[in-house]
Amino acid sequence: MSDAPRNPVEKLLRTERMPHIWCPGCGIGTSVNCFARAIEQADIPYDKLHVVSGIGCSGRVAGYVNVDSFHTTHGRAIAFATGLSLSRPSAKVVVYSGDGDLFAIGGNHFIHAARRNIDMTVICINNFTYGMTGGQVTPTTPLTAKASTSPYGNFEDSFNLPNLAEACGAVYVARWTIYHVRQLTRAMTKALSTKGFSFLEVLAPCPTLYQRRNKLGDGVAMVQFFKDHSTIKNGASTSEVGLGFQSDMIVGEFVDRQRPTFMDNYNARMKEVLGDSFVPFEGIK
Amino acid sequence: MAQRKGMEVSIAIAEAASACDVDCIAAYPITPQTHVVEHLAEIVAEGELDAEFIPVESEHAALSACIGCAAAGARTFTATSSQGLALMHEVLFIASALRMPMVMVVANRALSGPINIWNDHSDVMTERDVGWLQVFAENGQEAVDLVILAHKISEDHRVLLPIMVHFDGFIVSHMIEPLSLPDRDEVKKFLPNFVPAMRLDIDNPISMGPVGMPTVYTEAKMVAEAAVRGSYGPIVETFKGFGDMFGRHYRPVETYRSEDAEIMMVTMGSISETAMTWVDAQRERGEKVGLVRFRLWRPLPIEDFKNAVRGAKALTVIDRHFSPGGPGGPVSAEIKQVLYGTADAPQIVEFVAGLGGRDINMEDFDQMYGKTKAVLAGAPVPPFELIQVRGGHHGEI
Repeated sequence: MSDAPRNPVEKLLRTERMPHIWCPGCGIGTSVNCFARAIEQADIPYDKLHVVSGIGCSGRVAGYVNVDSFHTTHGRAIAFATGLSLSRPSAKVVVYSGDGDLFAIGGNHFIHAARRNIDMTVICINNFTYGMTGGQVTPTTPLTAKASTSPYGNFEDSFNLPNLAEACGAVYVARWTIYHVRQLTRAMTKALSTKGFSFLEVLAPCPTLYQRRNKLGDGVAMVQFFKDHSTIKNGASTSEVGLGFQSDMIVGEFVDRQRPTFMDNYNARMKEVLGDSFVPFEGIK
Repeated sequence: MAQRKGMEVSIAIAEAASACDVDCIAAYPITPQTHVVEHLAEIVAEGELDAEFIPVESEHAALSACIGCAAAGARTFTATSSQGLALMHEVLFIASALRMPMVMVVANRALSGPINIWNDHSDVMTERDVGWLQVFAENGQEAVDLVILAHKISEDHRVLLPIMVHFDGFIVSHMIEPLSLPDRDEVKKFLPNFVPAMRLDIDNPISMGPVGMPTVYTEAKMVAEAAVRGSYGPIVETFKGFGDMFGRHYRPVETYRSEDAEIMMVTMGSISETAMTWVDAQRERGEKVGLVRFRLWRPLPIEDFKNAVRGAKALTVIDRHFSPGGPGGPVSAEIKQVLYGTADAPQIVEFVAGLGGRDINMEDFDQMYGKTKAVLAGAPVPPFELIQVRGGHHGEI
C-alpha cells in the first residue's frame, strides 16, 4: 500500500475488489461516489448501514461497498430489504439496484414496500436498459429507443418512476442525473435521513449498450446531454416528469412528506387492540 | 441438404425456431441463453418471422404468457437458464398439466448461491418432476435438430406436452461450430402447421385450469404419468422420421464403443464429447471402455438404457448436480433404481463433477475410471464422490 493520499470515499469501498466491472463512461461508479459522501454527510455509522442489491450492473454495488451488504437474487432486493429492515429497525437499509431489476422482475416488491412505507431508501440507477445481459428493452426504455430486443425501437410506454413511487406511497421522491453530483449527494443524504420509504431515481449513461445502439455517443456525451436538457424543478408534479427518448427532463426533489411507517402503524394498531399487554418489537439485537 | 455454416449455437437455435415458424415467443433476459431470444427478436423485427415477441418482465411472466399463447392455439417458444428456470417452477407444472404444447430451450447453468453463471445441470435436475418432456443435446447441431424435433413431438396429438431442450450454457450456447441448418421449406415438410387439440375458443367455451378435488387429483396425476411415459413411442417415431428426412439419426440413449466394454461411462450433455475422445484414447491402450449417454431424460428410456449397459461389469456415472445430504446425484440414483434387482447388474460408481463451470478434463476421466477399476478389482463400492474439490471430498477446503 503506497503512502499516496487516498480518495476520501475509499473507506466505503472494498478496494481489494477493484478494478470494478463497470464499463468506461458508465454512471454507476459516479453514483457510488455520491453515495459514499452522502453517508458521511448523513452521519450514518458503517455498522448501522446495510446495502442490498439485486442482479445486474447496478447490483454489483453491494459487492463493492465496505459495509454489511447483501447481493440478492434478481428482482428480490426490496423483499430481502423488507425482512432486514423489519428485523433490525434501528439500521439504515439501502436498496441499490437497476431499473430492470427493480421495476421489471422486482416491480411488485417496489409497489408494496412503498405502500407499506417500509423504512428503507431505494436508489435506482436508471440507464434505460438491462446492461449486464446485453442491452434488452426494459420497462424504463423510452418509447422508440432501440434495444437488442427492440431493434426498430421500443413501442411500449415506459414507467414514470417518480410518479409510480409517489402513487404507491413513498415519502421522499427525487430524480437527479449523474451530471448533478452535488444535488444527488444532497438528495441521497436527505433520503438516508428520512424515516420511511424514500426513492431516488438516478439517470445514468450506459455507453456500451444503450447509447451505442441508439448512436448517442460516449459517456461524456450523455452527461453533456443531461446537463443541456435537464431542468431543475423542485416540487414538480410527478405526473409531469415522464421521460421520452432523448427528451428534456425534469429533475429535482418532487415529494417530501410524512406518513406513519409500517412499524408505526403496526405498533399503534396492536397497542389499540391489546393495550398494555403489547410490547413493541424493537428488533433483533 | 443444407450447407454446413459456421455459426454461434444460440443464433442457430433462434434460426431453427424461426424455421419452425413459431407464432409466439415470450422471454426474459438471462445469461447464457440471452442470444437465443435476442436473435429471435431481430428476426421478428426484420419481418422474417410473423410472430409476437413479448419482452416480459420476468421468467414467471414469460412462461405464463407462453401458456396463454399456447392456450390460444399458437406455436410457442421460449428460452431460459438457471434462476430463470427456477423462477418458472410453479408455472412449469401448469404447462404440463394443461397439456400445452410448447418448446423451451434451457442453456444449462448452475443455481445460486454463490451466484454463478456457468454450466452445470442443477437448474434442470431440480425441475425433474414437472411433467415436461426433457431432452439433452451434446452439441450445437443436436440442439438445433432437437428444437425442430421438439415442436413436432410436443404437438403430436398422442403427446401434447411441453418439452425442454437442454444444452450446456456457454460450452455449447456460445460455441461457434459448423452447423447444417435446415431451411424453412424442409422444416415445413417435416413440421406441418400446428393443429391444437384443444384451445380457448369463444364459440366452444371450455374452462382451463380448474380445481381438482381429492376425488380426481390422483386420476389426473395418473393421466400425467401415462402421457409422459406414453410419449416414448411417438418420440422414437419422430426421431426416425427426422433421420429419414435429414440424415441425422437420434435415439433416446446413445452408446459409443460399448461393444465388449467392461466399464461404461454414463454422461449427459456436452461432456459426452469429451468422454468419447477419452474413450478413444483408452481403447488405443486396450482398455475395454465405452460410453452410454442419455439424450432423453423424460420419459426416462429405461429399457434402452438396460439394453445399452447389458454385459458391462461397472458403470461410472457422472452427475452434474447432487442433493446435499442425499445419496448422490440424480442420474445415478435413477440408474440404481432402474437396475436394482436386475440379474448381473453392473456395479455403479458415482461421481459428481463439473459444477458451476469447472471443466471436466481427461485427467478427471482417468481418475473416475481408476476408481471404478479398483471396485472391479475388489475394492468396496465407495459412496458418491464430489471430484475436483480442493482437498478432496470431505477434506479440508
